[in-house]
Amino acid sequence: MQKIDLEAVGLREMNATLHAQADTTNQTQWEIVNAKGSHAIACGLDAPIEVTVKGSTGYYCAGMNQQATVNIHGSAGPGVAENMLSGKVVIEGDASQYAGATGHGGLLVIKGNASSRCGISMKGINIVVHGNIGHMSAFMAQSGNLVVCGDAGDALGDSCYEARFFVRGTVKSLGADCEKKEMRAEHIEILKDLLAEAGSDAKPEEFTRYGSARNLYNFDVDNAGAY
Amino acid sequence: MCGIVGLFIKDKSLEPKLGEMLTDMLVTMTDRGPDSAGIAIYGSETNGSAKLTVQSDTPDTDFAGLDADLSSALGGKVEISVASTHAVLTVPNGTAAVARTALKAIRPSVRIMSRGDSLEIYKEVGLPKDVAEQFNIEKMSGSHGIGHTRMATESAVTTMGAHPFNTGDDQCLVHNGSLSNHNSLRRKLRREGIHIETENDTEVGAAYLTWQMQNGATLGEALESSLDDLDGFFTFLVGTKDGFGVVRDPIACKPAVMAETDQYVAFGSEYRALVNLPGIEDARVWEPEPATVYFWSHNAAPTSSEKAA
Repeated sequence: MQKIDLEAVGLREMNATLHAQADTTNQTQWEIVNAKGSHAIACGLDAPIEVTVKGSTGYYCAGMNQQATVNIHGSAGPGVAENMLSGKVVIEGDASQYAGATGHGGLLVIKGNASSRCGISMKGINIVVHGNIGHMSAFMAQSGNLVVCGDAGDALGDSCYEARFFVRGTVKSLGADCEKKEMRAEHIEILKDLLAEAGSDAKPEEFTRYGSARNLYNFDVDNAGAY
Repeated sequence: MCGIVGLFIKDKSLEPKLGEMLTDMLVTMTDRGPDSAGIAIYGSETNGSAKLTVQSDTPDTDFAGLDADLSSALGGKVEISVASTHAVLTVPNGTAAVARTALKAIRPSVRIMSRGDSLEIYKEVGLPKDVAEQFNIEKMSGSHGIGHTRMATESAVTTMGAHPFNTGDDQCLVHNGSLSNHNSLRRKLRREGIHIETENDTEVGAAYLTWQMQNGATLGEALESSLDDLDGFFTFLVGTKDGFGVVRDPIACKPAVMAETDQYVAFGSEYRALVNLPGIEDARVWEPEPATVYFWSHNAAPTSSEKAA
């Protein structure tokens, strides 16, 4: 286990050290202490390493992540795991606004609640929230899965494309062109895998699926394979 | 951007450290706005008298003999305590309004920062670190306080454009965000006879609350109606004699984090502002919900005006 004291070395050196890890590095376990809400911790990682941040983080933790696993032992500030491409980000506490925004791939797990705009413009990322999510979540979501074990706030999935939303609790309101959909066997399978990987014991059958009503954008069934 | 902080002390043993803790929180928020900074402190009450915090760009000439001149204008005892460009004038109860008019005549270049029984507001152009040092904020004690560091968007970087804004006796406001209907609202409020000094958007927000409360609204009701009448982005932190309130606009893109322990309730634009507070590791930390009014009061038996908030 490699340990970095963020307060002692500073943000740039810490991130540079993590960036310097090659695909074949033997130093796969990292711990960051004295995070103290600092911004841009463990951003732009691109190696199969596991980074554990002790404490809460500020803006944009684990942004643009590829391959790496980032654990946050605390809560995360705005824009956590923004534009993630692959890998996994797990937050033990809550996440602030626009968690997982624009993510292309990988898995974001939030064990507490997420606030507004969770998964805004998601493009293939999978997000599992053990608690609730705030308003305007998954706005213009394009693809990927957003799983909410608690409740969703106002305007879920406004102007969404082909992303799937699974909510176990209540939805305060649906956004424009977002509608309730039938749960088919294939969705139960997707959910089962995601919940298992996210460490949730919720049952897939308890969820309701929501998605695009396909009235707002020029959906053509011939292009369905592109999503 | 702007950074805002607030601290409401529950454990009286922390009161002497209010200025120190609040300063540390505000300095941490410096990179959210380096243009100007200000702090409102709710300190001790002066029995039988009211406090006016005033500011002058030429304090040496303006504050010299001001207590004597104002005493004779008011016909009552006035005390002055000078701190750099600011001075706290202690005037007999019920004479604050008269003192305001008298000041215009005897010291036309003196500006009033705040009025009330316990409120003092200190604000200037510059970094939080420098402004806090200028007024020795770290040494101040009190029951609660709020602070602001500004990144100006809607009006000039001046002392009068700095936050907090005094909204009424012992009331003040700091704001992160920008109001987009402040020009039309300013015209409306001026027609209603409300005094608005600058072209600043937040001052209009403050004046709006004052106007609502003059017309019988409680602070809670005024904050509720601000959600309908103010257009734009805002996270407001409002100080009153007994505590502070928080409200965010329905979109809530301006950040806000709160922490509560048995010793205090703290507010910060970011969690970073809270990390040095005692016991923060075990504090309940959460984000205030959009379009929801929160309020904390020292009054065990709140008056009707606080109940609504």
